[in-house]
Amino acid sequence: MEARSFVLRGALAGAVAGVVAWLFALVFAEPQVEAAIGYEEGRGAAEEALATAAGAAPAGGAEEEIVSRGIQSTLGIGIGMVGIGIALGLLFAVAYTLLHGRVALRPRVLALVVAGAGFLTIYATPFVKYPASPPAVGSDETIGDRTALYLVMVVGSLVFLAAAVFVARLVRERLGTWNAVLVGGVVYLALSAILMTVLPGLGELTINVVENGPRVTETPLPLRDASGAILYPGFDADVLYDFRVASFAAQALLWGVLGLVFGGLVERRLARGESAERTAETTSA
Amino acid sequence: MTTAGAVARARATTVSASETLPWLVSALLVGLVLYYFIGIDEGAVSVFGDTSYIHELVHDARHFLGFPCH
Repeated sequence: MEARSFVLRGALAGAVAGVVAWLFALVFAEPQVEAAIGYEEGRGAAEEALATAAGAAPAGGAEEEIVSRGIQSTLGIGIGMVGIGIALGLLFAVAYTLLHGRVALRPRVLALVVAGAGFLTIYATPFVKYPASPPAVGSDETIGDRTALYLVMVVGSLVFLAAAVFVARLVRERLGTWNAVLVGGVVYLALSAILMTVLPGLGELTINVVENGPRVTETPLPLRDASGAILYPGFDADVLYDFRVASFAAQALLWGVLGLVFGGLVERRLARGESAERTAETTSA
Repeated sequence: MTTAGAVARARATTVSASETLPWLVSALLVGLVLYYFIGIDEGAVSVFGDTSYIHELVHDARHFLGFPCH
């Protein structure tokens, strides 16, 4: 098989996985996103009322809506999920093509292993340090820092997995495959733990420290008056939990479907190629 | 299909990197560009300047996929 077949099957399997993740998101993400936007609007109104009461001029008008909520919550999230499915499917295909035939795993098993590695490095490890957050959780002013830190986690995880594989291969002859894989796992965990310790929590970013004092996250605290009485509650912990569990499940689903569909497509293609060869041999004989 | 047979078949169809480099490089590039536009563009950095159409369109997916957003 040539790289072309793998790349096209990667894009196709990624698109299928994206559609599945989209359907999942419509049911499990949107209620949480709506609740979060409701919180954000309520809080904005409370802050504005407070500022007006304190004598400030009312802030002019609401934010202009570029894409309506109706589009965002149906078509928009679909374009995002299918698009990322295709993107990850293509990146997946590159890694798979380089490994195909070079490891003692049948294609559908290798496809699942590569998908698992993608899930671990591109999503799950960064999630431990900087988990997915619904609207209202996350300050406008720190978007640059947050994006940079998130990408450091993604790239770091990819490098650490490469390092872990390298070490495992190095010690495999001496320790056997099982122990070598365990050593690789320890290397990955240790390097990831060090990076997570070194990088700051989002609440520790300067802008946030100035506003709220040092915290681990940016999750909105309750709005209080001078006496400390709560005027508007902090962000709902249950909404945050449900959103994050759904986000994690959606990525597991996305990578799982990608690996399963891709593995199935490749094995079918290889079996067909072989039977075609056999037919050619019998007709020529 | 037996596992041994499938492994053997995969070994027989190992792809040499040199002949297939154009496909791998384009897949890598297109994949990264898509990842960038869905996850990052018009947030922290933007290639189309000060518009935020893509950001707003894929807004929910961006949050749900774990990308930093606001």
